[in-house]
Amino acid sequence: MTDSGTRGRAVGFDLGHRVAQVRQWLEEPAKDVATTGSPRRNMLRGAVARVTTPLLPDDYLHLVNPLWSARELRGQIVEVRPETADSATLVIKPGWGFRFDYRPGQYIGIGLLVDGRWHWRSYSLTSSPVVGARLITITVKAMPEGFLSSHIVGGVEPGTVVRLAAPQGNFALPEPLPDRMLFLTAGSGVTPIMSMLRTMDRRGRVPDIVHIHSAPTEDSAMFRGELAALADEHEGLRLHLQLTRSMGQFDLARLDELCPDWRERQVWACGPAGMLAAAEERWRAAGLEDHLHLERFAVDRTGQDGDGGTVTFARSGRSLEIDGATTLLEAGEKSGVQMPFGCRMGICQTCVVPLEAGAVRDLRNGKVHEEGSRIQTCISTAAGDCTLDL
Amino acid sequence: MAITDVGVYAHLTADDIESLRIELDGIRDDVERARGVRDARYVRRTIVGQRVLEVAARAAIVGARTRPGLYLGVLGLGVAKSIENMELGHNVSHGQWDWMNEPEIHSTTWEWDMACVSAQWKHYHNYLHHKYTNVLGMDDDIGFGIMRVSRDQPWRPIYLIQPVQNFLLALGFEWGIGLHDIKLGKLRGTEEERAHTRSQLRAFGRKIRRQVVKDYVLLPALSGSRWRSTLAANASANVLRNLWAYLVIFCGHFPDGAEKFHPDDIADETRGEWYLRQMLGTANFDAGPALAFMSGNLCYQIEHHLYPDLPSNRYAEIAERVRAVCDKYDLPYTTGPLAKQYLLTLRTIVKLSLPDRYLRDTADDAPETGSERRFTAPTVSTISPLTGRRRGLRTALRDLRSARRRTGRAAAGGGTAPAAAGGAVDPAYARTA
Repeated sequence: MTDSGTRGRAVGFDLGHRVAQVRQWLEEPAKDVATTGSPRRNMLRGAVARVTTPLLPDDYLHLVNPLWSARELRGQIVEVRPETADSATLVIKPGWGFRFDYRPGQYIGIGLLVDGRWHWRSYSLTSSPVVGARLITITVKAMPEGFLSSHIVGGVEPGTVVRLAAPQGNFALPEPLPDRMLFLTAGSGVTPIMSMLRTMDRRGRVPDIVHIHSAPTEDSAMFRGELAALADEHEGLRLHLQLTRSMGQFDLARLDELCPDWRERQVWACGPAGMLAAAEERWRAAGLEDHLHLERFAVDRTGQDGDGGTVTFARSGRSLEIDGATTLLEAGEKSGVQMPFGCRMGICQTCVVPLEAGAVRDLRNGKVHEEGSRIQTCISTAAGDCTLDL
Repeated sequence: MAITDVGVYAHLTADDIESLRIELDGIRDDVERARGVRDARYVRRTIVGQRVLEVAARAAIVGARTRPGLYLGVLGLGVAKSIENMELGHNVSHGQWDWMNEPEIHSTTWEWDMACVSAQWKHYHNYLHHKYTNVLGMDDDIGFGIMRVSRDQPWRPIYLIQPVQNFLLALGFEWGIGLHDIKLGKLRGTEEERAHTRSQLRAFGRKIRRQVVKDYVLLPALSGSRWRSTLAANASANVLRNLWAYLVIFCGHFPDGAEKFHPDDIADETRGEWYLRQMLGTANFDAGPALAFMSGNLCYQIEHHLYPDLPSNRYAEIAERVRAVCDKYDLPYTTGPLAKQYLLTLRTIVKLSLPDRYLRDTADDAPETGSERRFTAPTVSTISPLTGRRRGLRTALRDLRSARRRTGRAAAGGGTAPAAAGGAVDPAYARTA
């Protein structure tokens, strides 16, 4: 009994082992696919890749339809909806591999092709994650110096294919919901909150919320109608719209007036750096820092001078402040990070690494590269704070 | 001995070289500024065209009912593989399209359809070959480690068979390229060297396994009863591509006029001297748009070495400007018909298989390598006050050739080059003479 049982298991194990080996062999060519969908699809992808190597079947398929690729996330703009004079909502249909289980308040990376080059930015999702949904939205406000935001608001055609990065960020609606919340937003800082409000509205459970939102004028306040309608509909939701051109900036000293129990609320604040700094100060003074959740927008540093900054090496967890004459390669070597390098003169591409955040400047011609690019560390320096994937 | 001072050889002063640098940097700036939609469309169309051609050729190989149909398929596949190898693989891996910020057409992610692992190729080619172009003992592309293409390399008996070796290298070029970065001797080196070489070998093994399984196992198997012709067709297409890549590369580096450099030359090298070394160390061949495309625009090898990371579709227009710079500084611009450039290369390969005692020229004054010692007259260019034209290296080389022809005729082929006797002359001599 025991013997045959053992043998049975051994045979079973052997077979299982074989199957695992075959599966591994089939999946292997596709194991580096950025956005692995279902394991079965990846096995098929790997199996076909045995005859398309070194390419993946995706490399042929996306010539037919640009969304038929899982090498990285892609999407197609299906609609561009103007919100205000200088903002617009992009409705995007993501391609293979996008997961719709993001958390309300998170942001995505989006790449748009302008003049033959992909430009990369991060924007908050304004849509609400719905099972079975096939669309997402982001809402973009044109910044006067923001090259890409102006391009988006000023004329992106429906049908345009965009690159996407998976939703991320900790500025998100918590589970379970707190009983009392305070939203403090200004300008396009309302976008992540919009996703939260829409989600709570859809679930039919809106707790006690005070929302203080600042915008220059009524016309320039994004989602003004929808915010007002939500406040009408839900008893717990109180909206205060601060029109800064006529009423002046919202003074946090007035918080007691508008929201006397602010000390007992969990706070989500998103907006310009100055506003967030003031909020931090106020809540720190009250000893309530842990109530405050902040979302900072990456500052568009393009065209600013005062180079140099703190270089962070994300994977090694090291960072170093450098001036605008030190290369990122030197910075890495100084802080003991294993840096790939070759020629040190900008021709060999051995030192190229992804720039995760911030901006860097090419020392040879002064050109600035933004996040989402791969950059040569041997001829680049920090243009403000930046983070490398090393 | 090869060139030990590129400035002296080029008949240029430090100031001249600096102004040459500014002009060449200016060309780079202009092209970088002009890169845009048109260039992006060019590379995307090339990719689509290459993939369509490859699929069609493979379909023809499996489905052709006639011999000519099959041959057309083989030719198509050979052409597709050549485009993939040169205009795409080589150029993408140089980072020529990195500016597009497109992860799928990027030097860090591209893997090509041949035995060599892209990452290993990038190390020896982009780094060692392009930084130390034609520096003896530092640029592994000089003779690809197995051949003697300059009499600066000492003769060994094995070189007697180098015409045969050359032919075999051409047939199996992808394997030569694949092994190029792997220093097998390091398997007996330090712990670190051993580990590095072993991991390189593993990556190479994985890559060849995939390539071989695809071309010689799976695709024939999928062709059913026609497996034999598919197998032969795939092998032929790979050989066609190998021969073509070999031809293009050899014509870019080994025809007469592509100079070699002594390691002393590159200590404290300035950017301008680096440019000069690239210009003097490489050679073009004449090509129209179709031939240029098929060679991955490596018919513009000089331009490619000056600007390895600028988009290949711009080399034709860059070439016009580089030629103008050469005219201005009276520098040679080595080019000629493809057949002529290859025959010159072949002549060198056959000639140098022989021991030195059968060779007439010296390493200071030979068709395939020269040094500043080949000039007996002062090597500083002068600008004619009458015409405003510079008399520099190109004129000096022309004078040298015509003098050689005269003495050659006079001595009925038995004479030696003027500088041949001056082998021990101080290299600084030329400047002070």
